[in-house]
Amino acid sequence: MSSIGTGYDLSASQFSPDGRVFQVEYAQKAVENSGTVVAIRGKDGIVFGVEKLVLSKLYEKGSNKRIFHIDRHIGLAVAGLLADARQIAEIAREEAANYRSNYGGPIPCAVLADRVSMYMHAYTLYSFVRPFGCSVVISSYDEDGPHMHVIEPSGASHGYYGCAIGKGKQAAKTEIEKIKMKEMSMRELVNEVARIVYTVHDEVKDKAFELELSWVGKDTEGLHQFVPAEIQEEAEKLAKKSLEDSDSEEDM
Amino acid sequence: MATKAFAMSQKFCDLQSPMEPDFVSAQHLTGTTVMAVQFDGGVVIGADSRTTSGAYVANRVTDKLTRITDKIYCCRSGSAADTQAIADIVAYHLSVHQLEIGEEPLVKTAAKIFQDLCYTNRDQMSAGIICAGWDRKEGGQVYCIPLGGMCLRQPVTIGGSGSTYIYGYVDAIYKPNMAQNACLEFTKNAISLAIQRDGSSGGVVRLASITEAGIERQTILHNDLPKFSVI
Repeated sequence: MSSIGTGYDLSASQFSPDGRVFQVEYAQKAVENSGTVVAIRGKDGIVFGVEKLVLSKLYEKGSNKRIFHIDRHIGLAVAGLLADARQIAEIAREEAANYRSNYGGPIPCAVLADRVSMYMHAYTLYSFVRPFGCSVVISSYDEDGPHMHVIEPSGASHGYYGCAIGKGKQAAKTEIEKIKMKEMSMRELVNEVARIVYTVHDEVKDKAFELELSWVGKDTEGLHQFVPAEIQEEAEKLAKKSLEDSDSEEDM
Repeated sequence: MATKAFAMSQKFCDLQSPMEPDFVSAQHLTGTTVMAVQFDGGVVIGADSRTTSGAYVANRVTDKLTRITDKIYCCRSGSAADTQAIADIVAYHLSVHQLEIGEEPLVKTAAKIFQDLCYTNRDQMSAGIICAGWDRKEGGQVYCIPLGGMCLRQPVTIGGSGSTYIYGYVDAIYKPNMAQNACLEFTKNAISLAIQRDGSSGGVVRLASITEAGIERQTILHNDLPKFSVI
């Protein structure tokens, strides 16, 4: 649903007559044009899967990662403008480090989500800066279990059990809703997340992509890590196989 | 911490090194005995009630067990002014922090904030603090933050000028995993012994136990304190 906000869309400090801030909506469009991020919270951990679109065969494999480590126990995945996202990651790292320095312990996910949303929201108030063109998902695991939050360019933040952002988000959300995630372990979710990213990837429009997978949970003892190579390989193999199977079903 | 001999030697120091600021040797020093013990399910804290300015007892019914949050208290020894100011600042920080995290703060957080203040301002202050309480993650905890601003978690700790007289008693009697009532008895006895020997400690014994249910306080008047010795 695109609408032209002629005259009321020149700066973030202006409302339109129907109460919208167009600059923020345009920032959300930047997110929708980026590769999909799928994140699912299971019973003992959270898995991130990022569809990192590769624009050139000349790029070094593994460069321009879209998943960041924040402190030891928090992961941050982004959809949207990567350069904007790097600043968000830096802010998140500073907040987490300051919290540890002031209060003597790791920052809870909900507290970090609040602080990052306040920061992103601040950039939607003035005409001399533009909003951040990225949505971020942050996750952590502690004694109370797994936690996951998504923060949009408007600064709005929600806690989720399963979420998708980026170009394939509608299709991904449909797939996520079919999964009984609250009963699944993080090991099982790796395969599911990989499968969903492969499913929503558009072979025609976007050709090559790299799958980035990371997890945090009981199996990693609360540390946020990239999924080990063997597990990722197996997940991608199963994902490709399930794509072929569903393709061959269509022929019948 | 402040015996008469120490105060006198400070005066001589002043004569010998006029570079020292005069408040270092000023007479307002508070002697104390404070103590905290951890048990399964909470902590017991205790203190005497004497505040002195030299030989004069400025307050004989002081409450040295100060609330930081509902389930985190601190035992103050050293300068009354310094420790009251620090406790107020820590209580303020924790109340804002509690709003931010949406649940009761951890004892470790309170101890960290005490440590930051005591260490950063160590040259200007004279504050020996015991931070003790209960939280849902670690249960009962006791942290001692003595003069230089170190912070250390211990199962039992004592502080103040009167504590020097009861190290032997505490070492001999303390056993891990004591029950709540045994801890209360132990604390009451230890502080009574210190009061008997330390001129800067006296008055009543204030005890409190902090658990998941909150704090329960009691005051034991001087006549009702246990008697140990006739000499």
